Amino acid sequence: MQLQFIDYLILAAYFVFVLGIGLWLRRRVQSSNEFFQSGRSVPLWITGLAFVAANMGAQEMVGMAASGAKYGIMTAHFYWVGAIPAMIFVGVFMMPFYYGSKARSVPEYLKYRFDEKTRTFNAVTFAGMTVFSSGISMYALGRLLQLLFGWSFTASVLISAMVVLLYIFFGGLTGAIYNEVVQFFLMVFGFLPVAILAVDAAGGWQGLTARLEPQMVHAWRYMGSPEQNAMGVDTFTMVAGLGFVLSFGYWCTDFLIVQRAMAANSMAAARSTPLVGAIPKMFIPFIVIVPGMAALALHGMAGSGFELPLKPDGVYDYDMTLPTLLTTFYPSGMLGVGITALVAAFMSGMAGNVTALNTVWTYDIYEAHIRKGASEEHYLAVGRWTTVVGTVLSIGTAYLATQYNNIMDLLQLVFGFVNAPLFATFLLGMFWKRATGHGAFWGLVAGTGAAAATHGLTLAEGKGAWIANLQEFPSTMAQNFWLAIIAWTVCFCLTILVSLVTKPRPDEEMVGLVYSLTPKTKDGSAVPWYVRPDVLAVVVGVGCVALNIIFF
Amino acid sequence: MRLDLRYPLGMLFTTFGVLLVVYGLIRPDERAVMAAVNVNLFSGLPMLVFGVVMLWLARRAETSGKPGTGL
Repeated sequence: MQLQFIDYLILAAYFVFVLGIGLWLRRRVQSSNEFFQSGRSVPLWITGLAFVAANMGAQEMVGMAASGAKYGIMTAHFYWVGAIPAMIFVGVFMMPFYYGSKARSVPEYLKYRFDEKTRTFNAVTFAGMTVFSSGISMYALGRLLQLLFGWSFTASVLISAMVVLLYIFFGGLTGAIYNEVVQFFLMVFGFLPVAILAVDAAGGWQGLTARLEPQMVHAWRYMGSPEQNAMGVDTFTMVAGLGFVLSFGYWCTDFLIVQRAMAANSMAAARSTPLVGAIPKMFIPFIVIVPGMAALALHGMAGSGFELPLKPDGVYDYDMTLPTLLTTFYPSGMLGVGITALVAAFMSGMAGNVTALNTVWTYDIYEAHIRKGASEEHYLAVGRWTTVVGTVLSIGTAYLATQYNNIMDLLQLVFGFVNAPLFATFLLGMFWKRATGHGAFWGLVAGTGAAAATHGLTLAEGKGAWIANLQEFPSTMAQNFWLAIIAWTVCFCLTILVSLVTKPRPDEEMVGLVYSLTPKTKDGSAVPWYVRPDVLAVVVGVGCVALNIIFF
Repeated sequence: MRLDLRYPLGMLFTTFGVLLVVYGLIRPDERAVMAAVNVNLFSGLPMLVFGVVMLWLARRAETSGKPGTGL
């Protein structure tokens, strides 16, 4: 596959704009408040789009198209059962405490609500995870460009890392957020045409559904038992594991995401941020999952001329579905835009992690444990240099991934264990004033341990069971969902038990941190009525239910 | 100083839109393997419109004396 001059021109224009935004913001970002929190002054439409775009990394896009080809419209559960309900919950119920507590990060909220050790546990694991994720993002970018166009892995990784480094170093969180919004529109304009072209080539929606197995075009009908569908998951496992535990854990507690809402310019805007983001999020399946389904339909059509790429060992390389669609349907010119959208997504995946790392390292680790009470300029400098160090570590991780794939798999697994119980801690922290710091800490530790134990005792697709094989799951997805359910339950119960035998904190210390001790705010006037949190929550909720029914 | 994101956003998509539309007009036969239409022209037009609208909105906010970013 060869790119023409115009494709390079488009990619170059994008790089110039991205750097330009960083430098343009340079004069404004002169204080630590601006650098880490965008001065809490970003308008709602920008925080809302950044909230979804921060999650729409390229692995997500490539992976969702791959799952579309593998599992069909059932993949949309990640949106219509997973993301949307969690986004409504975080906006309506949790944002008042994140934003209202004036915490600068999610771990810092844990410090206010519980204690130092709970915060440090969360901060350290989170910081490790951001370096790992941004490294993996760069690795995936380098690999993809190498595979498609034969570009040098080192050049791709170093150039994209340099660009990200510069716009965050100068622009801080605002630089990252502005570029995420640009990336959001690039993805819509870059991928929507291929979705339309691919579905059209497969004979429209009618033709598409006629060419695929019925399991591929119904989200719920074949979920009565794990044997009926390719995911190997039943309704309970899907709703409890993915919908409740994993999605709420991710969308409601992951600082990378929540940081976008915390940069909003008012409480009402902060609460509406996830809800504004949820509106485009509901429809993302149509530009990423549906093209994957169309690719499978085209593959099965005699004489369509489209074939899903194979791996060297002869099995389908589902991850190449989206890139292959782009090169099949886009001529030079539009192909440049499609590739630019992918590159932008990889870079913002990296940028989101780096900005979250800056803040957590500076406030939750450096200020808390290494140097307290230094000047504001000092912390700003620490944040800027953390950007440099974080980027270098990410590059290192990307190279590590080329050498030791097993280490990467292991790290991903370990971070999964840490994440699984998190939502129980936050739920109890925000809605049960009796929950104590000791309870939260030991609940988290035990939940993480329970997740690891579940993985060690069960087997799925040859994975796990490194202690003993007590139970076999039909798929790793089912194993993951059950692991999360067990971790969540252990954390939830143990936090309650330990809290009941430890000393409660006095009520007056927890005003603004716990639901029952926080006065209700009348915050409707700060935003127009059509973007008020309650109005949006109803609109998004109804839309989400409707989509589930339409594709039942 | 308040920086309005709609300026760079508008400029980027206007640039992309112009490039694609012009390219689609002067090389109408540029086709990918499976597309039967002039993809560059039809994908470039919406980008051009979006870019121009963003620039217009940013300009209007600035001249009306309320340099904000809406909402």
